[in-house]
Amino acid sequence: MLELALDASRGSFHLRVECRFTSEWTVIFGPSGSGKSTLLRQLAGLDRPLRGRIALDEHLLTDTNRGIYVQPGRRHTALVAQQPALFPHLSVTANVAYGLAALDKQSRTARVEQMLELVDARDLAKRRPQSLSGGEAQRVALARALAPLPRLLLLDEPFAALDGAASDALLQRLQNWVSGNRIQTVLATHDATDAFATGAEVSLLREGCLVAQGPADEALASERARLLGRIGST
Amino acid sequence: MDWQALTLTLKLASITTLILLAVAVPLAALLVLGRWRWLSALEALAALPLVLPPTVLGFFLLVLLGPRTAFGRGIIALLGHPLAFSFSGLVVGSVIYSLPFAVQPIVAGFAAVETSLVDAARLLGASSSRLVLSLMVPLARRSILAAAVLCFLHTVGEFGVVLMLGGDIPGATRTLSIVLYNQVENFDYAAANRTAAILLALSVTALAAIYIGNRPHGGRRA
Repeated sequence: MLELALDASRGSFHLRVECRFTSEWTVIFGPSGSGKSTLLRQLAGLDRPLRGRIALDEHLLTDTNRGIYVQPGRRHTALVAQQPALFPHLSVTANVAYGLAALDKQSRTARVEQMLELVDARDLAKRRPQSLSGGEAQRVALARALAPLPRLLLLDEPFAALDGAASDALLQRLQNWVSGNRIQTVLATHDATDAFATGAEVSLLREGCLVAQGPADEALASERARLLGRIGST
Repeated sequence: MDWQALTLTLKLASITTLILLAVAVPLAALLVLGRWRWLSALEALAALPLVLPPTVLGFFLLVLLGPRTAFGRGIIALLGHPLAFSFSGLVVGSVIYSLPFAVQPIVAGFAAVETSLVDAARLLGASSSRLVLSLMVPLARRSILAAAVLCFLHTVGEFGVVLMLGGDIPGATRTLSIVLYNQVENFDYAAANRTAAILLALSVTALAAIYIGNRPHGGRRA
C-alpha cells in the first residue's frame, strides 16, 4: 500500500495531493501538465516536497515533519520515463546490470538474461543504446529498472515509443510479472485506453490536484463529462 | 639547448597535471552534484588563480611556505627543508596556479551530462563515487582530456609563480621559461629563439591533440 500527502512545487508548478493506493496496480491519469511526472519524481525521491509524507507499506520514505528523506537509491523504487535514459557508453547488458552491483557475477548474468527475456530483448544484449530504436530502448530501460526487483515501480508513459500491439503485449507481460513479484506499480498516462486496459484503480490528476479516484469508468466519468462539455461549447 | 631545463619543465608539467586531475575530478563533481550553498564560494576560490597576477600568487605562496608563518614552519619541520626554492614547492605553486584550468573544463563536462542519466544511476543505487566514476567521467572524457592538456601547457609556460617561488636554481627550479628569460636578458636571441620554438612546438602539438580528439567523426556538421 502506498500512502502519500504531498505539497510540492517544481518551478512555477504546484502539486497538492493526498491519497492512498491500495491496489497493486494504480493508474494516474491526467492531461499533459497535470503534475503526473512531478508526482512520480516525488515518489522516486528525485525531488523533495515542501511538506508531506510518503509511506510504502511499513516503510516511511519521506516525512518532512520528522526530517525523514530516504535517498532515491535506497527506496527500492524504479522509475521508467518516456525518455529511456540509457547510459550511452555501456552495452545493453551493462545497462541492465548497472543496478545489480550487489549480486555476484553469476546471479547478475542470470538476472540480466531473465529481464531481457521478460521484455523480449535478448537479441539486443550486445548492442549499444545508440543503435536501438525508440521502442527497443524503452524495453531495455524497463528491463534495467526491473532488474534490482524494486518494491515500487513508477511508469511515466513508458510505452509511448511502442506501437499499439507491442505496447499491449508488453503491458500484459509486465502486469503478470509485477503481480507475481508483488511489486506495487504506479502508471502515469494521459491515454485513457491505458487507464481502461489495465483494469486498475485510476486516480485522476488535474492541475496538480487529485480530483477523483476509483475504478476507471467511475474515476474518468467527470473527465469524460468535462471533455464532452468542451466539445459541446465549440 | 638546455636539456636539463627541458626535462625539469616536462617533469613539473606531468606531475602537476596528474595531481590536478586527481584533485579536480572530485572537486568538479562536488561543484556539479553538491547542493550546499557555500559551494559557490568554493567555486570562486578555485577560479581565483585565473584573475590573480602570477607574481602576486607566487609572493603569497613564498610567504606562506616560508619560515615566517606557522604553516611554513610546520612544513619545514615535516620535510626537513622549506618548500620555497625547491622542486616540490614549484609543484605546489603550479597545482594552485593551474587549478582553474583543470576544474573549469571538467565542471563544464560534468554539467553537460544529462540529468536524466544521473537520476537513472541514482535510482539504481549508485553511490556518489560510482556515479562519478562509472557515468560522469566516461561521458565527460573529452573535457577531462582538454583539462589535462590545458594544465600541462599552462605549467610548461608558467613564469611568474616559478620565478617568485622557485627562483632560478639549475636542475631544481630552472624551467624553460626561466631559461628563455635569462637568454633574452643576456641578448642571446639565437638561443632564445630556439627555446621559444620548443615552447611553441609543445603548445601547438598539445592543442592539436585536443582538437583532433574532440572533433566528431565526419566533421562538425555530421
